[in-house]
Amino acid sequence: MKVRIKFSKEGVMKYIGHLDIMRYFQKLLRRSDIPIAYSTGMSPHQIMSFAMPLSIGVESDGEYVDIELTDRITSAIAIERLNSNNVDGIKILSFKELPDNAVNAMASICAADYEVSFRKGYEPDFSCIRILEEIYAGDKIEILKKTKKSESIVDIKPGIFSFEGDDKIIKLCVSCGSVLNIKPEMVLGAVYSKMNSELNEFALLIRRKEIYTETEGTRISLNMIGADIL
Amino acid sequence: MRETALSEEILLTVEKPARYIGNEVNSVIKEKDKVKVRFAMCFPDVYEIGMSHLGIQILYSMFNSFEDVWCERVYSPWTDLHKIMKEKNIPLFALESQDPVLEFDFLGITLQYEMCYTNVLQILDLSHIPIYSRDRDENCPIVIGGGPCTYNPEPLADFFDLFYIGEGETVYRKVIDLYLECKENGISRADFLKKASKIGGIYVPSLYKVEYDDEGLISSFEPIYDDVPQIIHKEIEMDISDTYYPEKPIVPFIKVTQDRVTLEIQRGCIRGCRFCQAGMLYRPVRERDVELLKSYAVKMLENTGHEEISLSSLSSSDYTKLEELVNFLVDYAEEKKLNISLPSLRIDAFSLDVMSKIQDIRKSSLTFAPEAGSQRLRDVINKGLTREVILEGAKEAFIGGWTRVKLYFMLGLPTETKEDMRGIAELCNEIAKLYYELIPKSERKGRVQIVASTSFFVPKPFTPFQWAAQNSKEEFLEKAHFVNDSMHEQLNSKSIKYNYHEADVSVLEGVFARGDRKLSRVLIEAYKKGCLFDAWTETFRETPWLEAFEECGIDMAFYTSRERSLEEHLPWDMIDIGVTKDFLKREWMNAVNETVTPNCRAKCSGCGARVFGGGVCYEG
Repeated sequence: MKVRIKFSKEGVMKYIGHLDIMRYFQKLLRRSDIPIAYSTGMSPHQIMSFAMPLSIGVESDGEYVDIELTDRITSAIAIERLNSNNVDGIKILSFKELPDNAVNAMASICAADYEVSFRKGYEPDFSCIRILEEIYAGDKIEILKKTKKSESIVDIKPGIFSFEGDDKIIKLCVSCGSVLNIKPEMVLGAVYSKMNSELNEFALLIRRKEIYTETEGTRISLNMIGADIL
Repeated sequence: MRETALSEEILLTVEKPARYIGNEVNSVIKEKDKVKVRFAMCFPDVYEIGMSHLGIQILYSMFNSFEDVWCERVYSPWTDLHKIMKEKNIPLFALESQDPVLEFDFLGITLQYEMCYTNVLQILDLSHIPIYSRDRDENCPIVIGGGPCTYNPEPLADFFDLFYIGEGETVYRKVIDLYLECKENGISRADFLKKASKIGGIYVPSLYKVEYDDEGLISSFEPIYDDVPQIIHKEIEMDISDTYYPEKPIVPFIKVTQDRVTLEIQRGCIRGCRFCQAGMLYRPVRERDVELLKSYAVKMLENTGHEEISLSSLSSSDYTKLEELVNFLVDYAEEKKLNISLPSLRIDAFSLDVMSKIQDIRKSSLTFAPEAGSQRLRDVINKGLTREVILEGAKEAFIGGWTRVKLYFMLGLPTETKEDMRGIAELCNEIAKLYYELIPKSERKGRVQIVASTSFFVPKPFTPFQWAAQNSKEEFLEKAHFVNDSMHEQLNSKSIKYNYHEADVSVLEGVFARGDRKLSRVLIEAYKKGCLFDAWTETFRETPWLEAFEECGIDMAFYTSRERSLEEHLPWDMIDIGVTKDFLKREWMNAVNETVTPNCRAKCSGCGARVFGGGVCYEG
C-alpha cells in the first residue's frame, strides 16, 4: 500500500538539511511503529521518497514524503502516533493512501507556492511587489544563474506562474521540478537588481506553502491525490 | 517555540547549525523555575563526538531523573563558531534551554583524553567563567571534572573547583544535596568546597599544597587543612544492573560518530594488559544481567528509532552471557530490519558464525590486536594473544570466505627491540602466506588484504608501566620507518598495508598523562596561541605547543622520556583506585622478567580490587 505523508517544518527544524530530515523520518517511522515496507537485499532500507528538498533556513507548511506499507493502519492512528513521536517543528498534517497507479511525488511535481517576507533589519526601501509587477510586464526576466562550473543567463519569467501581496508579504507560485526550477530568491533577486541593489543572503524569510503536480493540464496540490485510510 | 542563543544569521553561516540548536528527540526540557539545581554537562569536543559518548548519556538520564535537577548539554563550538563567539562576545550556552552556562549551578566537564585540555579552556573562556578556579566568585558555576583523565587531574588542577574520581552513579546526589544545603544557609563557595572534599571520591585540588625539589620532583603533597582527606578513594558502582541507564537516549539530527544505540554489557576487564589504563582503573569486572540488557536493548531501540545497536565494554568476549545476548539481538535485528555492530571479538567459531550472519563477508574484516610483534614482547605487556591463536583464527576465517584482516600494534613499548618490531611485519606476512597456502588460486578473488596499524605507546598512570620511559618523537618515527622497511622485505608485502599514527600528538599526550600542576601555564599559553581541537589531525598544530613549553621553561622530556624511580612521589599518588601500588610494582617487575600474569578468572593475583566486595573477585 502506497501512502503519502504531508508535513510542516518550522522553527529550529529549518536548520536541519534534507539528508538529515530523511534520517529523521526513518527513525520517526520506526519509533512510531508504522508498518513500513523495506527493500530486499543485504542491507534493507525503508521504501521512502521525498517530493522535493527544502533549503536550509526555509520553513514549510507543505512537505511531502511517499512511503510504502506492509500492513494497513488508519490515517488517524498513524498521524496520532507520528505526532506524539515528533519534535517541535515537525508536524504530520495528513497520511493518505495513494491509488496504485499514482506517480511518486518526486517525479510528478511541477510547481510550488511560497510566502516571502523580510527579516527584521533587512526590509527594502522600495516596494518589491510593485517592481515585480513592473518587470513581469516586460518580455523576459533574465537573471544570472551561477553553478559550480559555469554562469548562464536564464529567463525566469515563464517559471513565475502567479504572484500577489503587499510590501510585507509576497506570495509566489513558481515552477519547480527538473525542467525549470525557480527559487523565490531568484525572483526577488531580479527585483533587487532592477533597483540596482543587491539582495542580502539573510534578507528573506521564506516559507513554502504547497507543492503541486499536473494532471491533464491542471495544477493540483499533492495532497489532493489519495484518500484517508479509515 | 524556543529562542536560539545564536542569531539566525549566525546559524545560517556556520557549518552544521544542528550542532547548536538542541530540540533533539529525548532531550529533556524542564521548567527552569521549578528546579533547584541546573547542571551543565559538557563534553569538550565537537557535538558529533560528544553525542557519541555513553557516559554522558548515563549521567544525563541520572541527573534528569532527579526532580529538582535539570541537566543540559554543552559541547565545544567548532572553530568557525568559536571565532564568531569570540568576536561578538557571545556567551557559551547549553543546548536545551539555550541559556548561558554562567547561569548554571554546576558545569561538569568530562575528561576523556588528554588532547581535549585546550578545549576545556575554551569552554571556560567562552562561558565567561574565570579560567583559574581561585578567581571565581559566588555566582560562578561550580566547575567539576570527571572521566578517565581525572585519575591524574594535576595538569588541570588550577582550573577545576573539584574532581569527581570514579563512576558517576554513586555520589552526585550527595554533592547536589550538600550544595543545596550550603546555598540555603548562605554558606560560601570556599566552605562548600571544603565540605565537599569529605565526600568519597571528591578531590578539591585547591585544598592541597604541592612542593617540588630542585629537580622538579614532588617533595610534598599535603592537604591544607587537617580535616581534608589525604587520600581520595575512587567511587565505584558495584551493582551495575540495578542502576541508572539511559532508556531514552537522545537522538541527534545530524550523523554523529556513534549513530546507534549503545549497550554497555560490563565494566572492567579481567585481562590485565600492562599498558592498559582502563583495565586497571575499572577493576573489578562487573557484568550486567543479561535479561536486563535484552530489555534495555529493545526499549532503547523503540525509544530512539535507531537502526543499529552496538555492544560496549572492554574485552567483550569475556562477558559470560555473550552468546545468549548476541543470539537474541541477531534474531531481534532480523525481525525488525536492524543492524548490529559488533565490538572486536575473539575470533572463534562463535564470532565467525555471528559475523557471517550479520555482515557481508566480502566487505567486513577480521580484527586482531596483538599489540606487539613477538611473543617475548607480548609476554612483557601481558597480552595473552599468541601467534598460534591468531593464525588459527585467520585460518577459520579464510575458509569461511573472509579476505580482509586488520591488525593493531603499539610501538615504543618497554624493552622493545628491533626483533620485536620486525615481528610485526613477519606476523603480517605469515597471515598472508597462510591465505595463499589455504585458498586455491581458482577460489581467490584477488589478493588477501592485511592492514597493520601501529600507535605509539604512551605510559599512563595506574598501570604497571607508569614508571616507564616514553620514546621521543624521533625514536617513534625511526621505529615506524623501521617497521615500514621490514614490511617491504616480506615476500607478501604487496598484500600488506601499513599505517602509523602521528608521533607529535603522542608525545604531548604523554606529557599531560603523567603531568603535574606546573603544566597549567603551558595549557594557558597554548590556548592563547590558538591551540584548540588538538585531538583533530586537521586542527592540530605542533609549533605553538613547542613555543608554549619553551616560553614556560618546561622540558617535555621531564614528563615523557625520563624513567621514574619506584620511590618517586607521583602526581596521582593521592588517588586510590583499589588496585595497589605494590601490585603495579610487582607487575612492572614481571614485565621486565617477561613473566605472564593470569587473568582474573584463571587466578586471582591479589591486585587489591577485592576491597570493593564484588564483581569477578567473588565469582564462584
